[in-house]
Amino acid sequence: MGKVLSTILMAVVTVLFCFCTVFLPPIGDVNSAPNQHVTPHYIEHAKEDTGSPNIVTATLADYRGFDTLWETSVMFVSGLTACLILMVNTEEGKKVLKKDKKGGAKNGQ
Amino acid sequence: MGNNKMKKPFGGIVLDSSFRIIIPFTLVYGIYILTHGEYSPGGGFQAGALLAVGIVLVRLIQGADKESFNITGAKAIVCAGVGTFIYAATGWLTLAGGGKFLDYTFLPVPMHHWGELHALGILMIEIGVTVCVMMTIIDIMDAIIERLDADEDEEVDDCER
Repeated sequence: MGKVLSTILMAVVTVLFCFCTVFLPPIGDVNSAPNQHVTPHYIEHAKEDTGSPNIVTATLADYRGFDTLWETSVMFVSGLTACLILMVNTEEGKKVLKKDKKGGAKNGQ
Repeated sequence: MGNNKMKKPFGGIVLDSSFRIIIPFTLVYGIYILTHGEYSPGGGFQAGALLAVGIVLVRLIQGADKESFNITGAKAIVCAGVGTFIYAATGWLTLAGGGKFLDYTFLPVPMHHWGELHALGILMIEIGVTVCVMMTIIDIMDAIIERLDADEDEEVDDCER
């Protein structure tokens, strides 16, 4: 039941995201909102605002530092989740997840 | 525990002698990418991937039991969390210095020029990102190896019955 529900939820969310990409401006559109004021400001002021000659680093680490913080957190959490999913049936995982009894009974049969 | 194939050294004379050249180069190049990330293409994410590749290669070639360069399971997860914490701590330091979150001009460090403060702040957050990426990759690698071994053990048990 839980698997069916989560599959339906994932399908709906995926369709919604795909549907939303239709409304995004095309790549390189000079008339789109961010290209009107944000991009020119970053290109013109990156050196004097941040002291970094590399615009990519200036944007990623300085202007958008808060964004990168949560990017890092998302990666940490996704790695942790992958490990938990992979650990479910291993010896160490059974110790951590306290499924010793269940696993023992299953192996004993 | 059965025949942990992935944990045994992969070795042979060619790999054993070539990894002594490749691994130090990879690690030094990773550090270079990290520290030079402010001036050239590169940065925390790429440096983390390179450092992780160095350690994963050592583990594949030398085996998981050798102690050199080895960091496993729970320790790797904790270190990934520490990396994220270093990033957030930089933000709290700037708050303590009286500025906004991640506004490096207000880092409470005596420096001559605000540009140096920005360089220091960017280096600090990139060290955090590097540690997080590196440990996450090692961590996933470790979990996959554990899982492969567990599945193999199960298959062996089934065959014996």
